[in-house]
Amino acid sequence: MDQILLQILNGLDKGSAYALIALGLTLIFGTLGVVNFAHGALFMIGAFCAVTLQKILSWSTITIDPTKTDFLGNPAKIKTPYVEAWFGPEMGAAIIDWSVPLAILFSIPIMILIGFIMERGLIKHFYNRPHADQILVTFGLAIVLQEIIKQYFGANPIPTPAPDVFRGSFDFGMLLGFDPNAIIYPYWRIIYFVFSLGVIGAVFAFLRFTTFGMVVRAGMADRETVGLLGINIDKRFTIMFGIAAAVAGVAGVMYAPINSPNYHMGMDFLVLSFVVVVVGGMGSLPGAVLAGFLLGILESFASMNEIKQFLPGIDQIIIYLTAIVILLVRPRGLMGKRGVMEE
Amino acid sequence: MSNSKLTRRGLLKTGAVAGAGLAMPTLFTGNVWAGSHGGYTNAPSNGKVILGFNVPQSGPYADEGADELRAYELAVEHLNGGGDGGMMNTFSSKALDGTGILGNKVEFVTGDTQTKSDAARASAKSMIEKDGAVMITGGSSSGVAIAVQGLCQEAGVIFMAGLTHSNDTTGKDKKANGFRHFFNGYMSAAALAPVLGKMYGTDRKAYHLTADYTWGWTQQASIAAATEAMGWETVNNVLTPLATTDFSSYVAPVLNSGADVLVLNHYGGNMVNSLTAAVQFGLRAKEVNGKNFEIVVPLYSRLMAKGAGENVKGIFGSTNWHWSLQDEGSKAFVKSFGTKYGFPPSQAAHTVYCQTLLYADACQRAGTHNPCGVAEALEGFDFDGLGNGPTHYRADDHQCFKDVLVVKGKENPENEFDLLEIVEVTPREQVEYAPDHPMFAGGELGKCNPGA
Repeated sequence: MDQILLQILNGLDKGSAYALIALGLTLIFGTLGVVNFAHGALFMIGAFCAVTLQKILSWSTITIDPTKTDFLGNPAKIKTPYVEAWFGPEMGAAIIDWSVPLAILFSIPIMILIGFIMERGLIKHFYNRPHADQILVTFGLAIVLQEIIKQYFGANPIPTPAPDVFRGSFDFGMLLGFDPNAIIYPYWRIIYFVFSLGVIGAVFAFLRFTTFGMVVRAGMADRETVGLLGINIDKRFTIMFGIAAAVAGVAGVMYAPINSPNYHMGMDFLVLSFVVVVVGGMGSLPGAVLAGFLLGILESFASMNEIKQFLPGIDQIIIYLTAIVILLVRPRGLMGKRGVMEE
Repeated sequence: MSNSKLTRRGLLKTGAVAGAGLAMPTLFTGNVWAGSHGGYTNAPSNGKVILGFNVPQSGPYADEGADELRAYELAVEHLNGGGDGGMMNTFSSKALDGTGILGNKVEFVTGDTQTKSDAARASAKSMIEKDGAVMITGGSSSGVAIAVQGLCQEAGVIFMAGLTHSNDTTGKDKKANGFRHFFNGYMSAAALAPVLGKMYGTDRKAYHLTADYTWGWTQQASIAAATEAMGWETVNNVLTPLATTDFSSYVAPVLNSGADVLVLNHYGGNMVNSLTAAVQFGLRAKEVNGKNFEIVVPLYSRLMAKGAGENVKGIFGSTNWHWSLQDEGSKAFVKSFGTKYGFPPSQAAHTVYCQTLLYADACQRAGTHNPCGVAEALEGFDFDGLGNGPTHYRADDHQCFKDVLVVKGKENPENEFDLLEIVEVTPREQVEYAPDHPMFAGGELGKCNPGA
């Protein structure tokens, strides 16, 4: 029983990342009708925003200390971060420690800007092209972005730890009356799950309770009529692209302490996120979120040793198998709307 | 009357010309060919000898590959007489004199293995067939090394393996044209197990997470056998796909399994992620069976330690070499590499530098680049001064036998390179094994293949 609960927790946390990326994908698809294969790259860039901020905060002055030597026997260079020099050692160290949460603020404008440039610079020209062209172009863009990151940051994962106060894990099991150490879960992963719920809630609230959101929803339902009513839907949709990019970026920032960012993480998440979108139903926001969490939990269960003993390798293919079954039984996806991608 | 132009005189003239034409090559072959075509693939000509450096320039081991390439370029510079000579000055064999190999200037071509076997084979094939490489070297994955070793055996060139740790490379997949300087899983286990027994006791239960490919299997089998011989119990061994990035579902069940040691048979990005997950789940802070929970990483690399950051503190493992060694060879290499590139070399850089020097030296001593001559010069070769103490290149399996380092993640690193400290230099005798040891059995060395 405790194993099952543990894997559910694990799945919720994985599912959060899928849900956030799938949400952005569906937003872009629902508003602009573009299949954006560069979305995983946006997730990766968000994670690297956290890495960059950590690097910037660690910029140091170098003083030569003649009493110590480096590996070649030359006098050692001691690095003191500028923030420590300006704010004092404790405050400076605290700032560097909290670089990941600070990176959320740092990344939002950057991601909106990047989303804006992507949309205006490249994707705008492909609105009326077939989906295959859109996929090729955005996939190509994803590869270019990936290689740029690899060129600049190297191929190895770069550790980006969470603030010290969130290190360590929480003994859920004790809370529920199990033995100690039966169900333990890292604090930061729990925070990630709660954070993702918050972001998803904020996006839904934005769409539901603001005028801007209302116009966007109307545009998703019937773009032509909204245009005929004299509303500039293009500008609003471009802003939605920026918001979707920011959602993916922020998801990436908070994910950095969970799995050290590396240049390949975008691709790793992208394929599964597309499966999530298709399973949830193209164009359905609640569907994307629901499918994200469901598939995350499924993948987690499939990695359990007990299951792998019967069906080795099942964890690699469970998501795709589920997608096949759901699409055969219900081609529109779990919550897909009639008429979407059915022409 | 016939219209044929064939006359007896014409026939004699034609026959004489044809005969001279057929004989012509033999007038020239004598001297021109003997030096440059001794009956083997890609014999050096025009005063140049071309070496092929096949390293991962993309993929999960790209950083190790980049370090290997730096070391190769340094070796070529030293062989051609440039730089400060590096380990050529401390090498026990003095056959090399900085004029290249056998008077030929050393040049090189590079290829990208992408850490994939088929890409590696294609790249090696291209270097042999198009660029004329007479020796192929490099690699950071055992799957790749074994694949390229097989290709080189077929093509008739020497393969000097780079970073490959699986027992199979000089075990069941050994080839007569292939040579390995780097240590293997059996040696790691033989060196590490006694230290683990001393530090953690002999009454431990180990849970293994293992990369699901040749290296992971042989590494796990070696460390499990060595620790079980000491009294440990292997509670479970879970295979993890090589492409895994999120190990949380594999790490989560460990604490509840009754194990008090987690052995991570992972390398590269796998090791960084699995170690991070294990630390995140608080395994190191826990107590199980009345003892502190411990984590062991049998194969360490400084570049991976950098990726894992603080998580490596206090964790034991083994390496082939470390820059902090104080023997003359290591110091010379660190100085040479460090001065040129600004940071100390990794064990990957060290092993490939040694392999290049060993190859060049073998050619010089054999007086030829012919793979069979080189193989004969390397088999049974004893040398020193290359950073690992007295080393023996065994003839039965083309594996180097030398001291092995047991290392530990440093608690208080003094700088960004100072991540590992050497706990013990395990003497060579402790890690030796018979050529027909069960973990290495199942393959034949075969005969050397000189190619064309």
